[in-house]
Amino acid sequence: MRYLDEYRNPELARRLVREIRATATRPWSIMEVCGGQTHTIVRQGIDELIPVRMVHGPGCPVCVTPLATIDRALAIAARPEVIFTSFGDMLRVPGSGADLLSAKARGADVRVVYSPLDAVRMAAANPDRQVVFFAVGFETTAPANAMAVLRADAEHLDNFSVLVSHVLVPPAMAAIMESASVDAFLAAGHVCAVMGWTEYEPLAARYRVPIVVTGFEPLDLLEGILMAVRQLEEGRFTVENQYARAVRRTGNTFAQDAVRRVFRVSDQTWRGIGEIPASGLVLAPQYARHDATLRFGVGDVSTSEHPECIAGEILRGTRTPLDCAAYGTLCTPRRPLGAPMVSAEGTCAAFHNAGRIRQETP
Amino acid sequence: MCLGVPGRIVARDGEMGTVDFDGLRREACLSYTPEAGPGDYVIVHVGFAISVLDEDEALRTLAVLRAIPGGLDEISR
Amino acid sequence: MTTRFDPIAATCPAPQAETERVLLGHGSGGQLMAELLADLTPRLGAGTLEDAAIVTTGTPEIVLSTDGFVVTPRFFPGGDIGSLAVHGTVNDLAMMGAVPVALSLAYIVEEGLPLDELRRVTTSVAEAARACDVRIVTGDTKVVGKGAADGLFVTTTGIGVRLPGAHVAAANGRPGDAVLLSGPIGLHGITILSTREGLGFESSLASDSRPLHRLTTAMITAGACGVHTLRDPTRGGLASALNELAAASGVAVELDEPAVPVPAQVAAACDLLGLDPLHVANEGCLVAFVDPARAEAVLAAMRARPEGACATRIGTVVAGPSGRVTMRTLVGSRRVIDMLVGEQLPRIC
Repeated sequence: MRYLDEYRNPELARRLVREIRATATRPWSIMEVCGGQTHTIVRQGIDELIPVRMVHGPGCPVCVTPLATIDRALAIAARPEVIFTSFGDMLRVPGSGADLLSAKARGADVRVVYSPLDAVRMAAANPDRQVVFFAVGFETTAPANAMAVLRADAEHLDNFSVLVSHVLVPPAMAAIMESASVDAFLAAGHVCAVMGWTEYEPLAARYRVPIVVTGFEPLDLLEGILMAVRQLEEGRFTVENQYARAVRRTGNTFAQDAVRRVFRVSDQTWRGIGEIPASGLVLAPQYARHDATLRFGVGDVSTSEHPECIAGEILRGTRTPLDCAAYGTLCTPRRPLGAPMVSAEGTCAAFHNAGRIRQETP
Repeated sequence: MCLGVPGRIVARDGEMGTVDFDGLRREACLSYTPEAGPGDYVIVHVGFAISVLDEDEALRTLAVLRAIPGGLDEISR
Repeated sequence: MTTRFDPIAATCPAPQAETERVLLGHGSGGQLMAELLADLTPRLGAGTLEDAAIVTTGTPEIVLSTDGFVVTPRFFPGGDIGSLAVHGTVNDLAMMGAVPVALSLAYIVEEGLPLDELRRVTTSVAEAARACDVRIVTGDTKVVGKGAADGLFVTTTGIGVRLPGAHVAAANGRPGDAVLLSGPIGLHGITILSTREGLGFESSLASDSRPLHRLTTAMITAGACGVHTLRDPTRGGLASALNELAAASGVAVELDEPAVPVPAQVAAACDLLGLDPLHVANEGCLVAFVDPARAEAVLAAMRARPEGACATRIGTVVAGPSGRVTMRTLVGSRRVIDMLVGEQLPRIC
């Protein structure tokens, strides 16, 4: 496909690997924020070719969706009048007791949709049912979920509601910069396609770290890494844009406007990380009638967490799956203990699917 | 996260349009790319075009990559 | 900005693993299914059950296979549940080196199914069987109440006669064998996914559903006992088939990513949905481990047949570690190719 195949060219990839090897004088640690980038890096084995330590960031909305929200989803999906719609990713994420797939096996009407507009259509086609959409995601997905609410509202679809768990990337990056030792960041290209990169400029200056807005194909990631390494070697710390074909400095202002209309910024709990101020989105008051949490009265749920897994440290990039005693034994994609083992973009699942094995240390 | 795939707009009807991904077509919402029309390439995420691809920038990126010299194994080939 | 890290929140929940109910993923041809079969088959007093088995000792060797078909939609580009039910069982016989002789056909019909649809499926069964030179010799029809089945389920059982020169078995792969693939992957699975309500894809894709016994006959004629293993990578895709063969033979498999043929529209759909083409189902291609001395002759014989026209070598069998499948990636690194875990879900974020 055009704009994809060119960025998968093996010969250019080899040249970039050599260039990174020739440029890096130290084993710099670079965090890729986005789970899609983690997926490409691990799938292609990029991190094993270069003398740079890739730190996998918290960039998977599935992994960081709070346990309480998953439990709310399970409570809503169990209701007989509800058609619960979700992106496929969320179906295997463990709540306190079960996941949405096993809720489905027990009779819940859980359906996978490709687009939030498909859920709106379902609401129009099923006026006697309550259609709930699990609106998760980063800034990239927020405009789509906002449009679903705007359309449903305009069409007076009172049987359509959303369970919102939206997270914002820059506050999480700032939190990581406060607590972890990472030399440079690859910012998530599609988040920046929507939001631009102006929010990163003060972060790069304040924490003196290079930030490179990066795409998702093998050549994008290798070039992003090379740009970050060059900045580090030259002692620079600015925001650069590797993904120039898709990202402008101010992002997509039309999409930003829709997000501002439908959502408000709020404090947000990141599963495995904790609460980060002003790092999430909730529905604006004028769309409260489409708020599934209010409609179904599932604001209060009690949750239970497991003591074994180290998902929090993995999401913060302070440890890797290979440091976890449960990895690959107690915890596998088949029986995940924690969310990063569930989503294909979760660091643990990405490692496991690529066959990375934990070496037992004596 | 955020699986986004480049595709070519083949038809536009107001807010919605049809996008071609190497022969596979799907409806997409084009509300956020009002400037895009048939022939333009857009990044599509969950059925929404979130960005219009800039061909000049794409060519520039590729030119930069191609300018990186080949290595020893290429020379010895 | 200040951040409060809560050590209690920084852990994960222990899910109560759903082990006592069947999930859709138990039927997806991946690890979940393997676990289910490992639970069930010992209760039969049997060892590992292959897709087809030899049931006689003398010659000719008689091979038996059975398969149930529940595909939705029942009609799709490139086939329907009737032709698929014929091809599926014919191909299971073919992967044992057998030529199919006769099939049984059983319907479970849900009350309310349009009679015309049942006629269309039956006509399709007959046409597919004729094209395979196999007879439908016995059958059964049951009707169940509304909601007790989804329209129509079809089961076919087939017997075949094994070719005299055939020595194929899942356990026969040896280090050094060439890994041959008969055609492009992913067509059936993506066609079914595309036509399923909700995704809204339009494409010119068609299922690759077709009989493979003439192709396997040509391969065994050209390669004789040098054709060590044959497998049609249906549910679970090429990745699951290769993992099963590598484990059964106690060998490892090394693939070359650029060599694996993935049609453009399949690649596009996989990119859009976040799927791995190696995990997508096929109904009209096969993968074989072939003695390297015979590989060229077998490849030539495959390419001489329409269903093998795009046959290609995609990798090599190596000594070990047993059961491991790896692939040389585009950038020249290596990654392990695992089996599909459960149900294949479109990934969006």
